[in-house]
Amino acid sequence: MISQLTVFLQNEPGKLSSLTRKIADNGTNMHAMFLSDTQDFGIVRIFCDEPEAVAAMLNESGFRASVTQVNAVYVPNEPGGLARLAEFCDKAGLNIEYGYCFKAGDDEAIDVFKIDGDNIDFALQDAGFKIAKPEDIYAL
Amino acid sequence: MGMYYQPEIETMPREELRDLQLDRMKWSVKHAYDNIDFFKSSFDEAGVSPEDLNSLEDLAKFPFVVKQDMRDAYPFGMFAVPMKDVARIHASSGTTGQATVVGHTKRDLKNWGDCFARGIAMVGGSDESTIQVSYGYGLFTGGLGGHAGGEAMGCTVIPTSSGNTKRQVQFMADCDTDILACTPSYALFIADTAIEMGYDPAKEFKISGVICGAEPASENMRQEIADKLGVQYCDVYGLSEIMGPGVAMECIERGGLHIAEDQFYCEIVDPDTGEVLPDGEWGELVITTLTRECSPLIRYRTRDVTRIIEQPCACGRTHRKIDRLRGRTDDMLIIRGVNVFPSQIEQVITGFPEIATQYQIILTNKGPLDHVELQVETEPDFQIDEVRKLEDLKRRLQAELKSNLQVAVDVKIVEPKTIERSMGKAKRVIDKREVSA
Repeated sequence: MISQLTVFLQNEPGKLSSLTRKIADNGTNMHAMFLSDTQDFGIVRIFCDEPEAVAAMLNESGFRASVTQVNAVYVPNEPGGLARLAEFCDKAGLNIEYGYCFKAGDDEAIDVFKIDGDNIDFALQDAGFKIAKPEDIYAL
Repeated sequence: MGMYYQPEIETMPREELRDLQLDRMKWSVKHAYDNIDFFKSSFDEAGVSPEDLNSLEDLAKFPFVVKQDMRDAYPFGMFAVPMKDVARIHASSGTTGQATVVGHTKRDLKNWGDCFARGIAMVGGSDESTIQVSYGYGLFTGGLGGHAGGEAMGCTVIPTSSGNTKRQVQFMADCDTDILACTPSYALFIADTAIEMGYDPAKEFKISGVICGAEPASENMRQEIADKLGVQYCDVYGLSEIMGPGVAMECIERGGLHIAEDQFYCEIVDPDTGEVLPDGEWGELVITTLTRECSPLIRYRTRDVTRIIEQPCACGRTHRKIDRLRGRTDDMLIIRGVNVFPSQIEQVITGFPEIATQYQIILTNKGPLDHVELQVETEPDFQIDEVRKLEDLKRRLQAELKSNLQVAVDVKIVEPKTIERSMGKAKRVIDKREVSA
């Protein structure tokens, strides 16, 4: 499981800049960031170093931040890489709440999913998927 | 059952109390007529004179007095005693027009202290209690009213006034405050600040009662204050035109506030027709002062919406109660033709544990229809990670509001601390609607 930093922002000009400036001033490096939006608010999902400490720092500064456990899986960077993973989840009856992918090196990509349920990593591992470890992505 | 502050008055048999009210009402009506030009001309115009008052019900023959009449008499036109007998003046904020000045003689101030002290006894206070008065001190009646009550009872009074909230918490912790008197929104803010500072006030603080008034608070908000501080909640009613906090106060039995009926006579009228309504019916509260020397008021229209509860109270006090205020006739929002009180909205919100109790209503009108936006914050432990859960929360809250208010409300979840925390009266409604000509 990977600890993802999640921040709630109002969907208004200046909100993302004040968040990222805060994180930058903290000396924290971000490795991935995905922003989902609704009409009123956005949810920013971030992989960064020391996510727990950053979440605490942000809450202290008046942001609404939390740490969410997500599943990250290496897939080959080729057609069907994600499809095979998604099909497995479908067959196993796992509901994917949200997900995103990013390229890791030349041959691989990391697919990140938020899936409700326990021991998802083990189920994926047993099915032959290569699980990404936190230290692969960020400093602990 | 707690002790009374003035048992002979507070538990006086009803018949005796009504006799006392009539004697005092006759005095007050004559006092106002003889000494204040406004009442003389207003009674004369209505064709009534003090001699027409032979029963409490006869009061209905007399004309009303409204806040504007007091503004017009600014500053001292409604004083019934010479200035040498005026011990203090208070004034209501002039944000919506000319300030209203109200005077108090030495005896008026003593009666005020007694009225408030009855409420201190209602939350179990005595001369051994320490009361922290975190209402603002000054022209606003909250601070000095609570102060007078504490002194009348013989309490140790800590006059912190409002503001500097961390220091408020420190005093509560270090000085063993038993009773806190302030606005409900400030009580909640003090409780939250204490919790943020690492205290569990319900367990660690000696405090056992709060006396809160001057702004509306829903049942759930009261419960939250009572739970977080571990206290009995006493609702206090008062208004600066009439006296200040202490006109009516809530005993441990809850279910309404005992009117200080030896000092004030209350009627409920239909706000449109002015007709007196029977006990139990909701309408506008009209108050006649029975003992006030400097600023007597005969049939003052408070604009507060409540009803009179006449059933005897298990606490033993014989003075009738007014129900928790439903709102003010002029706070009442008319949204797409529907009457909505902010207190109704608050009631719905506090039914959602995921939502923090601070909220703001923003009214706009783009085109012909009013638009209501309700800004709320989620509680810190609500998981904000999933859009679906946030959207679901929003939808459920919107549905609940719609079914309670009969008006569609657009809920907007905002970041923490977006909504201003208040030190005094919370600004809950921002009306940006343009009035069409």
